[in-house]
Amino acid sequence: MRTTTKALMVLLTLSTAACTRPDRFGDEADGSGVSAGPVAAAPAPLSGANDPASPEFFAQTIGDRVLFAVDSSTLTDAGKATLDGQATWLSTNSDYLAIIEGHADEQGTREYNLALGARRANAVREYLVSKGVPSTRMRTISYGKERPIELCADEACYSKNRRAVTIISSGGLS
Amino acid sequence: MVVRFLTILMMCLFAGASVAQDGPLRLTITDGVIEPLPFAVVPFVAETGEAEQLAGDITRLVAQDLNNTGLFREIPANAFISVPATFSEALPYTDWRAINAQAVIRGAVSVSGDQMAVKFRLYDVFSGEELGEGLQFAGTVQGWRRMAHKVADAAYSRITGEGGYFDSRVVYVAESGTKGQRLKRLAIMDFDGANVQFLTDSAAIVLAPRFSPNGDRVLYTSYETGFPRINVLDVASVGRQQLATAPGEMAFSPRFSRDASKVIYSLANGGNTDLYITDLTTGQNQRLTTAPSIETAPSFSPDGSQIVFESDRSGSQQLYIMSTSGGEARRISFGDGRYGSPVWSPRGDQIAFTNQNAGRFHIGVMRTDGTEERLLTSSSLDEGPSWSPNGRVIMFTRETLGETGTSSLWSVDIAGRNLRQVVSNASDPAWGPLQP
Repeated sequence: MRTTTKALMVLLTLSTAACTRPDRFGDEADGSGVSAGPVAAAPAPLSGANDPASPEFFAQTIGDRVLFAVDSSTLTDAGKATLDGQATWLSTNSDYLAIIEGHADEQGTREYNLALGARRANAVREYLVSKGVPSTRMRTISYGKERPIELCADEACYSKNRRAVTIISSGGLS
Repeated sequence: MVVRFLTILMMCLFAGASVAQDGPLRLTITDGVIEPLPFAVVPFVAETGEAEQLAGDITRLVAQDLNNTGLFREIPANAFISVPATFSEALPYTDWRAINAQAVIRGAVSVSGDQMAVKFRLYDVFSGEELGEGLQFAGTVQGWRRMAHKVADAAYSRITGEGGYFDSRVVYVAESGTKGQRLKRLAIMDFDGANVQFLTDSAAIVLAPRFSPNGDRVLYTSYETGFPRINVLDVASVGRQQLATAPGEMAFSPRFSRDASKVIYSLANGGNTDLYITDLTTGQNQRLTTAPSIETAPSFSPDGSQIVFESDRSGSQQLYIMSTSGGEARRISFGDGRYGSPVWSPRGDQIAFTNQNAGRFHIGVMRTDGTEERLLTSSSLDEGPSWSPNGRVIMFTRETLGETGTSSLWSVDIAGRNLRQVVSNASDPAWGPLQP
């Protein structure tokens, strides 16, 4: 109950601040003054990626992404292991919300890849729900092939682009 | 009536026969016109002093439009034996027969303030007769390219017996930035890449714009809310609003019905993408498919009774046709590889599509029953065909791969000939109607 209240307070606080969504949503410059962690928390002894409660820790140490085979949205064993860690982290750090992005490599048509990305994001959400993360804390989005992170034209890059990335957000889900 | 025999060398790909044709000048476009029809454009006469520059520009653009179809071959002006000094004096046919011009176009341009007028006549040289009546177009000086396109459309139409496509526009996605952070904005241009006008900024990803049937509105997918939704944009005012779709996580791949009363699109919910129709008048939503597979990229038949779309219900992306009232879908693609982004032709007899096979992408066409499939292009990434208003040419996106890869718009005729780049740094073309 207390946790819920705190989460709501964080939400309300942040709703008046600048957008905290990942930069790919818009053109907001960095340094908008919004801290990445819960603003209500007292100064932590650890900061950034060293702080186990930080989104940076989630992204770098827990692992924010899972990869998929060509044209597949089936989670691999390695992917499930990563998601087990994500579920644990999200349960511990219940102030945070998650936006799950689904992506595809460029070997496909635009519309199909949007739909495929939606499938991948949903596969991650369903797995996290099965591990106890409330679905109300998650939202999915597909970028299709619009946002590759690796740019070469072979499997070494394509395999990293076929991904679902869990973005930790202290802001709203819409 | 003198009956003449005008033979145009043709080779029909499927009948495999040459066809002789009688009657007045007529280029029958088949899948296999291989000998372009020689034509000449007499330099348009400037009838007012200010019109000199425009007369030259219009002469060149009319010739370029026809030349670029691949169906016509311009005879250069330095081969002309005589050039009439005025628009009204008789055309000495023998001078044009001597250089084997089968069609001659002549015209005149006058300017008054910011208004201009273009007159033109088209001649069938070997019969020594005018082909159709003389025509006159009037408009603003600023719109001179449109008048040249209208002259070329009239000539094309009279010679081929089919509608033209030069006085038309294309809405597309203009691209900039690096491949990993591509910036995309909606833009509109003339069919030949001129007169580019941006319709949105690049603050949010925009994808796959589609014209309304009369070209006054554009549907497209935008990430401006943070999540993909469908917007409707008014071309004249550039005002836009979000389309009220059925409730769902992501809405994309919209297209107008031919009477513009409905929008068909894909909606993703819980990872499942299905097809929906929203009636713009009543606001009612109709769900067309319920399978757990991906159903997307829908396109209406011209009479609105059917749709073609892609689905992976068989295990891989394939093309299907179903009634807009629902019911069983019929698979039409059975060749090698995967098939996506189908578009029904304006005439209703063909489907253009993207085929992906063995690491290559192709733009192709097939009949609506899936027969007579032909792949027209091949590259490391071709996709997203759009039909010209007369159904003779297809524009599509070609993307080069790798870190420095960029997208550009290309066109090809439905015989697979005359492949040419239209503009660079652009994707997702949607070819609009002939302008009024």
